[in-house]
Amino acid sequence: MSASTQAMQRDDVQNPGMLAAGQGEALWNAQPPGGGQSCASCHGDATASMKGVAARYPAFDEATRRPIDLQDRIRACNARRPGAPDMPHESEELVALSAYVGLQSRGTPTAPDPDPRLAPFRARGQALFERPIGQLNLSCAACHDARAGGRLAGALIPQGHPNGYPLYRLEWQGMGSLQRRLRNCMTGVRAEAPPFGAPDFVELELYLQSRAAPLAVETPAVRP
Amino acid sequence: MARAILFLATLVLASSAHADGGRYEVLGDEIPKPLTDQPGDPARGRAIVVDRRKGLCLLCHSGPFPEERFQGDLAPSLEGAGDRNTPGALRLRLVDSRRVNTDTIMPPYFETTGLHRVAPEFRDKTILNAQEIEDVIAFLATLKTTGGSR
Repeated sequence: MSASTQAMQRDDVQNPGMLAAGQGEALWNAQPPGGGQSCASCHGDATASMKGVAARYPAFDEATRRPIDLQDRIRACNARRPGAPDMPHESEELVALSAYVGLQSRGTPTAPDPDPRLAPFRARGQALFERPIGQLNLSCAACHDARAGGRLAGALIPQGHPNGYPLYRLEWQGMGSLQRRLRNCMTGVRAEAPPFGAPDFVELELYLQSRAAPLAVETPAVRP
Repeated sequence: MARAILFLATLVLASSAHADGGRYEVLGDEIPKPLTDQPGDPARGRAIVVDRRKGLCLLCHSGPFPEERFQGDLAPSLEGAGDRNTPGALRLRLVDSRRVNTDTIMPPYFETTGLHRVAPEFRDKTILNAQEIEDVIAFLATLKTTGGSR
């Protein structure tokens, strides 16, 4: 990553992701039309109540007995909140709200949930990471484990860490989630990408998180 | 003995049946026979090699293409590929490099078996067709750094 991209991330005035986080803050405090509960009504001041939370996600969800990532946690919470807006995967609102929640963990070391019930899902995520897919027959690991630092055409191959999401990507000229980024790579190797929110994605996220620990959360990061 | 040889020959033929309608036969480290009757065209082959959506070669390889910026460094340079490999060896590596190295990152350009989760628009399709493979081989065979032949 170039020095100028790093500088853009480091300076909150220059970092375009901070605009999304600001939008997320407004959503956090917004009451549904006609009144009712906002996020803040239950969770209070996010700078206190959400501090360090994103660093622990994905977490085990008691209701579904599966791992759940931060965006699906927000969606599940919204589903229980009368009048709350529907926020589909990858919608501007959901990305903004999760960027705001993620921002409250900025600088916190990524801390995988030690719950042993997550272990089989994490192992499945690792298997997905290591399995060659698509017409081009490439695995995530072939590039991001074995060839990080190399150049795919002009692009420097990163180690594939998830600790900056949701982030602002210059190539997108916009914000996006880790699932959006994973879909980019899957499409690149000419593989069929699962739909947003699919179990495969959450399991991959879970593995990536344990692989990245204890890197600090950088949300909202800026990437080329 | 004769029966054993016949059996082996049948196996080789059976394993070389191909979804593209063409067929190829692997002998040792090579596919000695061209995939098409029409000889490869080096100029068309060069165009495929530098096309980042068609041949994809320069995503991983570099080579003697001064006009091409941003060449990859994940695989050996194509410079001298014609010195290092016979056309038959180049053919096997293009058709299905997994036969040479099971851990290769080189995509199988003319094989559709043993792949997972291929996107619907690419399913049961090879990356290049038989004539394109021959064109690329014809071009790579011209990449020599030494004056003499192999």
